[in-house]
Amino acid sequence: MAPLPPSTAPRAAPRSWWRRNQIAITPWLFLAPGILFFAIYVLIPVFQSFNVSLYDWDGLGAAEYVGLRNYEEMYWDDAFYTSLRNNLIWLVLYLLAIPAGLAIALFLNQTVTGIRIYKSLFFFPFVISQVVVGLVFSWFYDPSFGLLNVMLGWVGLGPVNVLGDESYVTYGIIAAGLWPQTAYCMILYLTGLNAVDPEQIEAGRLDNAKGFRMLWHIILPQLRPATFIAFVVTIIGALRSFDLISIMTAGGPFGQSRVLSFYMFEVALSEYGFRMGYGAAIAWCCS
Amino acid sequence: MKIYHRAAIAALAMSTTLASGAFAESHEMALSGDLKIFSDMSNPAPRAVMEGMIERFGEMHPELNIELTVIDREAYKTQIRNFLSANPPDVANWYAGNRMAPYVDAGLFEDVSDLWEGDLSEQLASTKGAMTLDGKQWGVPYTYYQWGVYYRKDLYEEYGLEEPTDWETFKSNCQTLLDNDIKCFTIGTKFLWTAAGWFDYLNMRTNGFDFHMALANGEVEWTDERVKQTFANWRELIDMGAYIDNHTAYSWQEALPFMVNGEAGAYLMGNFAVAPLREAGLTDEQIDYYQFPAINPDVELAEDAPTDTFHIPSGAQNKEAAKAFLTFVASADNQTTINAGDALGQLPVNSGSSVDDDKFLKEGFETLSSNSPGGVAQFFDRDAPAEMAKVAMEGFQEFMVKPDQLDQILDRLERARQRIY
Repeated sequence: MAPLPPSTAPRAAPRSWWRRNQIAITPWLFLAPGILFFAIYVLIPVFQSFNVSLYDWDGLGAAEYVGLRNYEEMYWDDAFYTSLRNNLIWLVLYLLAIPAGLAIALFLNQTVTGIRIYKSLFFFPFVISQVVVGLVFSWFYDPSFGLLNVMLGWVGLGPVNVLGDESYVTYGIIAAGLWPQTAYCMILYLTGLNAVDPEQIEAGRLDNAKGFRMLWHIILPQLRPATFIAFVVTIIGALRSFDLISIMTAGGPFGQSRVLSFYMFEVALSEYGFRMGYGAAIAWCCS
Repeated sequence: MKIYHRAAIAALAMSTTLASGAFAESHEMALSGDLKIFSDMSNPAPRAVMEGMIERFGEMHPELNIELTVIDREAYKTQIRNFLSANPPDVANWYAGNRMAPYVDAGLFEDVSDLWEGDLSEQLASTKGAMTLDGKQWGVPYTYYQWGVYYRKDLYEEYGLEEPTDWETFKSNCQTLLDNDIKCFTIGTKFLWTAAGWFDYLNMRTNGFDFHMALANGEVEWTDERVKQTFANWRELIDMGAYIDNHTAYSWQEALPFMVNGEAGAYLMGNFAVAPLREAGLTDEQIDYYQFPAINPDVELAEDAPTDTFHIPSGAQNKEAAKAFLTFVASADNQTTINAGDALGQLPVNSGSSVDDDKFLKEGFETLSSNSPGGVAQFFDRDAPAEMAKVAMEGFQEFMVKPDQLDQILDRLERARQRIY
């Protein structure tokens, strides 16, 4: 066996550590800013707030370690359960925005003169601020001059104090929130409807699919991405109910319209709130 | 919502020092540097008063650069916590009573007992108690105002009613109005504190000032029989239908039209309600004031008179100037000026001041100075600790809507009391 000829290729210089690991490291480098900020603004505060929740602290003076007593108190706190229940009502009822948005989108998905104007009019409530929505609806509900009670009067129904009655108040605020949220879902579905494949509809027609069957079996499956996004933004919207509640009722009457985020704000940060520990405990429980 | 108002003083210095020579003897030390003032006097009239005060103080101390930051009154209540610890001004507005306790306990307010030594103590005697915590004074008051029943005099005359001085007349007046389809009292409980005004008066009239303060300080159980008696008295009015319907939906301002339109006969409120009533078109012949009548003849009458104050944060940079400003604020002349009918329209705290010639101010002054032997309370949410006030006021509101829930409400308040104090 003849010896191998000596390699003529120049000996490769030892590759640097950077070159050897480049492929493995690069993605982490790109992720680093994100991870850093996520850690600083989300992860670390989560653990800090858990730490705060173990103390009795007014935000000013010295904090007193109380162990899990804040959590124990939460267990006995009726207001906490009221808020939790309201949160669940919000989550469930807010989803009505999805079918409502779909219905309006189907209705508007036609070519008539000036359809763009109608579309933008329907989209309008999403453009205005939540605070304005809250104000408009609190006037609408006003028991003495509100439009709702004027209209109820026409059909002979007595005045309803929507925002002052503990059994209606949450539903009243949700209805106000659904107004812009429906518009949002509508826009999502309108874009989705543009992407629906006309050939499939034609094929469906040939097979004699009409009306609801057409919607259910041909259109909706193609709208799945839009539905997914609508679901996500609606759930997020339901959890961001804070501004509407704060504007319309400030949690009242006697705390019956609070949700957890509002309750947390109230005990920890509002005019009468001096309980950072308890607020942090609520935050920890609802996250 | 900050607006900076820099008094451009240096330019005026020469011309004004001569003019203000009259004040010079009480402020002979020369003040210099910056004086940072944070104020919650954001409504138009108080704001003008604050700016006027600074202008006059600036004229006395031309070397001083005064910087005023006016913060919205409601927002101020939550912001004070941040700026006192992070960015303290030299002077800040706040309230008397327990409302200042968190900041005093946290060491954020400066002890100003030395200002109170001597004459000032005598002149401000009526509120010294409310400014005192741990035996020291933590600020100076600049104004206070009476609470009481503001009523539609023309309606009362129409139905032949007199200002009541006892509980029976109070209720029979109310019944007469109700029989004529007029609600006795307007109220808006959306923001809770208005209900606390009713509780304060009913409790002070039923059980007296000392009991009321003991309750606010957590020394009495909420399930006590005497507390229940207060609520029983309150319930008589609620069961009569004395209050306007749907009051949970209104703020105190939104409840005013009921009185203006003659749908309700009276309003238990602070004197600040007079200005909007006048603006709404009621004349002084149509509105009048009476002191909340006695319920239990054995207890002395006591009143609510919330006091607004100035304090020096302990982190202040220019405490010398701040103290001079507080002395100026508390002085008799200044309090006469700022509380006049065309300024704040309230009562001066300094006994050397004169009360403006306004029928409500005069009556209020009369009530507080000679007709309130039991004592003067600050208001429920200033006398009780903040947490307790919040829970209790929510309970008051619930009681006004669902009086049958009383036992549950009181149990809840009692649990809160045991936790808080």
